[in-house]
Amino acid sequence: MRKEVINQVKPFRIIIRSIRDSFKSVFRNFSLSMASVICTTITLILVALAIIVTVNVNHVTKTMEEELTIVVYAKEEATPEQVENIENRINKISGVKDVVAKSKEEWKLEMKNYSHTLEVTLDYLENNPLLDSFIVTVNDVNNLAPTAKEIRTFDGVESANYGEGMVEEIISVFDVIKTVTIVIVIALVLVTAFLISNTIKLTIFSRRSEIEIMRLVGSSNISIKLPFIFEGFLLGIVGSLIPVIVAIYSYVIIYEKFGGSISFGVIELVKPMPFILYTAAILVIIGSVVGMFGSSRAVRKHLKI
Amino acid sequence: MKFIRIKDCYKVYKNGVAAIADLTLDIDKGEFVFVIGASGSGKSTLIKMLYREEKPTKGIVEIGGINVGKLRNRTVYKLRRKLGIVFQDFKLLPKLTVYENVAFALECIGMKGNEIRPRVLKALEHVGLKDKTRSFPNELSGGEQQRVCIARAIVNNPKLLICDEPTGNLDPKTSKEIMDVLDAINKDLGTTIIMATHDKEIVNRMKKRVIVLDSGVLAQDHEKGSYKSSEAF
Ligand SMILES: Nc1ncnc2c1ncn2[C@@H]1O[C@H](COP(=O)(O)OP(=O)(O)O)[C@@H](O)[C@H]1O
Ligand SMILES: [Mg+2]
Repeated sequence: MRKEVINQVKPFRIIIRSIRDSFKSVFRNFSLSMASVICTTITLILVALAIIVTVNVNHVTKTMEEELTIVVYAKEEATPEQVENIENRINKISGVKDVVAKSKEEWKLEMKNYSHTLEVTLDYLENNPLLDSFIVTVNDVNNLAPTAKEIRTFDGVESANYGEGMVEEIISVFDVIKTVTIVIVIALVLVTAFLISNTIKLTIFSRRSEIEIMRLVGSSNISIKLPFIFEGFLLGIVGSLIPVIVAIYSYVIIYEKFGGSISFGVIELVKPMPFILYTAAILVIIGSVVGMFGSSRAVRKHLKI
Repeated sequence: MKFIRIKDCYKVYKNGVAAIADLTLDIDKGEFVFVIGASGSGKSTLIKMLYREEKPTKGIVEIGGINVGKLRNRTVYKLRRKLGIVFQDFKLLPKLTVYENVAFALECIGMKGNEIRPRVLKALEHVGLKDKTRSFPNELSGGEQQRVCIARAIVNNPKLLICDEPTGNLDPKTSKEIMDVLDAINKDLGTTIIMATHDKEIVNRMKKRVIVLDSGVLAQDHEKGSYKSSEAF
């Protein structure tokens, strides 16, 4: 019975041993480990890029969708009753979120403020040449076209326009970009897992006599597997270091240069904090999970335990 | 109850080779048993079934009341901790010293460092290698290397020591030294020893129980001392 007690598995010692062994073996198979780490690094940089692009595209698409409006102009000869009628009827269309009326007087005031030349010109004219208008916001991009079409049939409506074609095109291009990035990321993650798995396979191969002896003298399966799992984990973590640093620094710099102060047109970038830190955490998690996944695959295939 | 009980045991490999057929055999605690037979007669297969490297296709292989063939892969290590195994091809780790090679077996099962040292030194004393602890395997003769393997096999005080042709790579004089070490372990520690060999010289001289396999079938089972080499092979 005394022997039984002594022979009990000591989990703590096994874990320490596994960590030590995994470090040792990273150095023993240095060139191969480097190859895995570099591949992980490249993959994760692309993953970071993909995340940044996808999230920003989503962000932009959403902003655009929120800002989607139909501009409705009343005919010049429309009576005030007709104009009021138009507003009421637009409000009754389902899917319309908001209608903001802007009379020709308001337009005139705004334009006068805009430039001195305009002010002089407008004052010179006897009649107000501008049109009464409404800005219509819809709930869904897809409602844009039918709503505009319906409004055009109303009495006294001169025009009802939105960024026809352009908006839909931009959104569908963004959708393609999103799909392509997701596919690329999945492919890269698989390639990395495969490479790490191969690295571990070679480690297993280079240690096969040791493993054989371990099995003969009664190492538990977990203590045989653990060093390899740790090794994969280690490769994944080391591989994610450079991507994390690159992602954080470059995004913050890019945001400061373009995103924050100057927004190019409708495109405005997502604020770096905490977004880029989440991205970094995701990179580390992907790196370590892919590493462990790769190594457990190798262990399952080549250890036969 | 018998220490080792093999009953109606068959082993057919995946390729269809019937390596062991209808084997029934008992071995007592403390016995020293030779398993002999021509090459391909199934000696190694029998040995492998004892340490559960192979499972019997049919029948029972029982050690100390445990049906070894029924063990799950996951729990085989518990059996291995109670066994010592020695092979023809030593299986030492070339980058470790004699001491480290023996200590490795105890480290693998999670023993504490301060418990390891006295056990390793005692095991090395048993095989007469106490002054070679710092040597590396490639600095040792074949006989010395095999003695390191024996030390590693007994360092955890197993009840059963299994040897598959331990003298197969050694000259007669060295073989005799190895046999002396094994005999001493059997007598002093009471360890049950099962040894597969085709060295008639050794079997004749040792006067132990001899089990003769012929094409996987138990051909003869000689009581201690009654075996004459002319009867077999
Ligand atoms: N892993 C295996 N797969 C298939 N056949 C095997 C395997 N191991 C041994 N054999 C066959 O089983 C028979 C017995 O082999 P073995 O037990 O190694 O005999 P011995 O050790 O007495 O020389 C031989 O015919 C051998 O070819
Ligand atoms: Mg053999």
